[in-house]
Amino acid sequence: MGRSFGTAEFLFLLRAIPSTLLLSIGALAGGGIVGLLIAILRITPSRPLRWLATGYIGLFQGTPVLMQLFVTYYGLAVLFKIQVDAWPAVLLAFSLYSGAFLGEIWRGSIEAIPRAQWEAAECLSLSFPKQLWYVILPQAGRISIPPTVGFAVQLIKNTSIAAIIGFVELTRAGQLMTNATFEPMIVYPIVAALYFILCWLLSLLAQTLERRIDAALGIKQNF
Amino acid sequence: MPLLALNRISKRFGAHQALQEVSLAVESGEVVAIIGRSGSGKSTLLRCINGLERPDGGTIEFDGEAFEPTPRRLKALRREIGIVFQSYNLFPHLCVERNITLGPTSAKGMKLAAARELARKVLRMVDLEDKIAAFPQQLSGGQQQRVAIARALAMEPRLVLFDEITAALDPELIGEVVRVLDELARDGMTMVLVTHEMGFARRSADTIVFMHQGRIWEKGPPAKLFGAPATAELASFIDAILSVDPSARRRVG
Repeated sequence: MGRSFGTAEFLFLLRAIPSTLLLSIGALAGGGIVGLLIAILRITPSRPLRWLATGYIGLFQGTPVLMQLFVTYYGLAVLFKIQVDAWPAVLLAFSLYSGAFLGEIWRGSIEAIPRAQWEAAECLSLSFPKQLWYVILPQAGRISIPPTVGFAVQLIKNTSIAAIIGFVELTRAGQLMTNATFEPMIVYPIVAALYFILCWLLSLLAQTLERRIDAALGIKQNF
Repeated sequence: MPLLALNRISKRFGAHQALQEVSLAVESGEVVAIIGRSGSGKSTLLRCINGLERPDGGTIEFDGEAFEPTPRRLKALRREIGIVFQSYNLFPHLCVERNITLGPTSAKGMKLAAARELARKVLRMVDLEDKIAAFPQQLSGGQQQRVAIARALAMEPRLVLFDEITAALDPELIGEVVRVLDELARDGMTMVLVTHEMGFARRSADTIVFMHQGRIWEKGPPAKLFGAPATAELASFIDAILSVDPSARRRVG
């Protein structure tokens, strides 16, 4: 006997949003740390370190995120000889994946800062890490907001892949409700709308942030 | 003993020989203006002095000590030698005050309060104390360049290099920057400038260096070089400048 799609079912979907959000935020935080490291390794004078970072990016950009998820999930199980909880596996997989993409986005942002800014900092006797920290990264951070948010939006949608290994987030909740109600044409459009709202709010937030930064720096709104 | 001594400095970019065994000594308190056509090696020479370019040959001595381009040595050298660039190169994400205090606080370990005090002092020297809280984009080109000069002075350098610092400015903004240069020269700052401001060179420089094809072609006091150029190259260079800017004739004399 199926049940019909009502308020309780809708609330069940809503209650899955925190999982999707937490996974996205966690993966962005983890991926942010990995990504910053990768971006810096990509611009260091040391050739082996640059190769290491390039290899990492190639590996994670060149394989499907689903395969990365499987390898992490089953890999952890094999490594620790136990059935792993979905949470750590999913979080680890999405962090490693995000790290590769964020690393490449941020490297591009760092390289977009004119060479003259490095020179000016160098001529004030700043060490390489201080040149990076005080002069280059803040400027690179500003120009990296749009592509970073673009990636974050992709990530929120891609976390739906975690449903495949049974991690209950928005998409998995939709599958469960479809199985209970046999109403896929009600459930899935609602799930899609919920994703849309999340991504749209994030884009709005980013635009506000950009405007605030530009206003604080006295930059006119013309780009 | 000169403060700065360049001995037979050479620098090659691919097939182009930018500098050919250039030797130059700068005494403490001396103002040296380097003039010459574009591509004559002026800026390359300036950039070799503070290690932004590494010479292929020759030696550089600062304060009697030979200069080795290790990171540690370069870092120490840049506390002594400041530079101001043609395109200002202020940090656009930092306010004027922070642009100035960044070097003293993070490279020389100065306390922030002392550095802010210093920022006020150097801004007063370039007459921009009221712009201490502004961001670079809110300033005119001339004001930005004066902040860049203040930033270099805040490191309390013993020598300041100026790389065509008025070349990117609108004509009406050049005066305010040149006035600051005149004052610094009068106060006894040791300066090496690459410049097209012949008026300034005539007025404030102790020595004019004319570069041509990567060599020092002529060198001497302004009256001698401008009044009686010894080579056809310098004479034609002076003529070329006067034909572009006839008003300079009066200033060059």
